[in-house]
Amino acid sequence: MLTKRIIPCLDIKDGRTVKGVNFVDLRDAGDPVELAAIYAQEGADELVFLDISATEEKRKTLAELVYHVGEKVNIPFTVGGGISSVEDVDILLKNGADKVSINSSAVKRPELINELVSKFGSQCIVVAIDAKQIDDQWKVHLVGGKVPTEIDLFQWAKEVEQRGAGEILFTSMDHDGTKNGFANEALAQLSALVNIPVIASGGAGSISHFTDTFTAGKADAALAASIFHFKEISIKELKSELREEGIPVRL
Amino acid sequence: MKLVILDYGAGNIQSIKFAIRRLGHDAILTDKVDEILTADKVIFPGVGEASSAMEKLRSSGLDKIIPGLKQPVLGICLGMQLMCNSSEEGDTGGLGIFDLDVVRFPNSVKVPQIGWNQIEGLKSDLFSGIPEKSHIYLVHSFYAPLGANTIASSEYALNYSAALQKDNFYGVQFHPEKSSDVGSLILENFLETI
Repeated sequence: MLTKRIIPCLDIKDGRTVKGVNFVDLRDAGDPVELAAIYAQEGADELVFLDISATEEKRKTLAELVYHVGEKVNIPFTVGGGISSVEDVDILLKNGADKVSINSSAVKRPELINELVSKFGSQCIVVAIDAKQIDDQWKVHLVGGKVPTEIDLFQWAKEVEQRGAGEILFTSMDHDGTKNGFANEALAQLSALVNIPVIASGGAGSISHFTDTFTAGKADAALAASIFHFKEISIKELKSELREEGIPVRL
Repeated sequence: MKLVILDYGAGNIQSIKFAIRRLGHDAILTDKVDEILTADKVIFPGVGEASSAMEKLRSSGLDKIIPGLKQPVLGICLGMQLMCNSSEEGDTGGLGIFDLDVVRFPNSVKVPQIGWNQIEGLKSDLFSGIPEKSHIYLVHSFYAPLGANTIASSEYALNYSAALQKDNFYGVQFHPEKSSDVGSLILENFLETI
């Protein structure tokens, strides 16, 4: 049976992990390669690296990081953050990334999805969507959630699927950082609307939140950052409990 | 050991190179016939769309070379699918090594299948030391049905071939290079014992 995926997300700036990371057994908390290897060892099903650096050196540093992660880590990983062209994607895939995630650049120029899909295949194109509920309507936001648009989450998700994206990574900005659980109602609606996998993101605070997003939210995968970084939940413990709840996981 | 990865411009092969290197080997990426014919083992990768991949194989003449190879050949993902008779993807004629027609998953499930699924009914030395129902990583929209050459099956909407073998030809639908320790051992079996 296809299992539900648990995906830790690492924020990267200038080739280092940022935000607090509290891994006691880590020699250097800033080294994304080492952190990635630990997560893979603990049973993470995939990893996401989100590059938030804004330097001109960004491309080269990110390509180097991808190369070093690929050398060491034997599970799939996705790279996102500021990707806006076929060339950007080509460099990352050539260095060993399995998938890339695009966000604002796809909203600004939706044909980018088609271009990437025809060059690299649906399987490696993830479209990330950040959205927030305004007057009962889920509106897509850009630039890490800073810039609101008039675009409806569900219409955009459908378009993204039609343009050939392989997966949707949906972050609810209303839930992100709250640790109060994922946006399960919107997730379930998304999952019923599109026939490609949906990754839930934003709101993970406890094991039961993951159970809920896989059952009520119909999510295919769940992404989280701080609860893993701060060891509030270990991936092993999380997956054992999910299995006890009858949710298929890889252990 | 001389190990060759077929170069026909298909997809991302860096992760296969990394996985082989982790096992202590090096592989040559090439489309040169002499190099391929003198290799001890050949890996036939593939990510992307079937008809354009097949077109690339034809234009480099590899479509004629591959079916005649005598050394062990391992097709991965699309590589395995192209070793079948045909693929519904882009209405593509295949290499005809495995007598199977590759078709798309029904819409009763999400397509592509992305993630970790289980393999069972393991039949070949490729799976020495691999327990039944081990998890492997897959990303695909099309599948090869079960047949006489099936050496592992998996279930997604229906039971399909997760791996195939005929004589010296092996094919896996999953990505051993991305399937953690299980995948490493399968690759190691191909490199060391087959």
